[in-house]
Amino acid sequence: MTVNELVEKCGFKAVSMPRPEREIDGCYIGDLLSWVMGRAQEDSVWITIMSNINIIAVATLTDVSCIILAEGVTVDSEIIKVALEKGVNILLSDKRTYETAVAVHELI
Amino acid sequence: MSESLTFHYDVDGEDFTSAGQASVQVKKNLRRLGIAPEIIRQVSIAMYEGEINMVIHAGGGKADVIVSEDKIEIILADHGPGIADIELAMQEGYSTAPDSVRSLGFGAGMGLPNMKRYMDEMTIDSTVGVGTTIKMTVYLNR
Repeated sequence: MTVNELVEKCGFKAVSMPRPEREIDGCYIGDLLSWVMGRAQEDSVWITIMSNINIIAVATLTDVSCIILAEGVTVDSEIIKVALEKGVNILLSDKRTYETAVAVHELI
Repeated sequence: MSESLTFHYDVDGEDFTSAGQASVQVKKNLRRLGIAPEIIRQVSIAMYEGEINMVIHAGGGKADVIVSEDKIEIILADHGPGIADIELAMQEGYSTAPDSVRSLGFGAGMGLPNMKRYMDEMTIDSTVGVGTTIKMTVYLNR
């Protein structure tokens, strides 16, 4: 399953997708950034409601395949610009965090 | 590689939003050197935690990453307030970060424990009112 396929099948909105062909393996949910850094695995989907600029560095350093901002959280255009530059995929989900995770789980 | 390579970074204490630039750069440099991906991940995450700490608590600082044949060392030095009780600061969940930082998703009291977890060795040298120097080492060829 690639990030691109996840978007097509789950109906998430891709606001930054510089690397659509990245493979997805696993999922991690969390908003405390140090916690995420210590535990999110490479190639995972990272589901969060944090939408500040620091999520880009966390996603880059942990090598997650994409960030999904759940619960209808949106993200500033400035952050999208940085995400595109850094090769970080960001998807938006209107679903609650739990339902978002379930949708991901059904596909991977 | 017989001689060591040193990468030096100044961590800007004013700019919370740009924190992480040094660690992302370190990650790129280590990748170019052909270091194993798992080691790169450990080093860059430990470095990021250190960077964030310097921004939150110390108004910035300096970071040196020294890559030699058998190990990678990270030295983080600041002139912040120092750590009064290092043992307490090392406990998961203990934090003195302000609420403004917590609302950004930091300040969970996981920074120093994460650094220790990812590196093989870590020493903290801190004097209240003077500053803190953290030295971390990860060994290659394990």
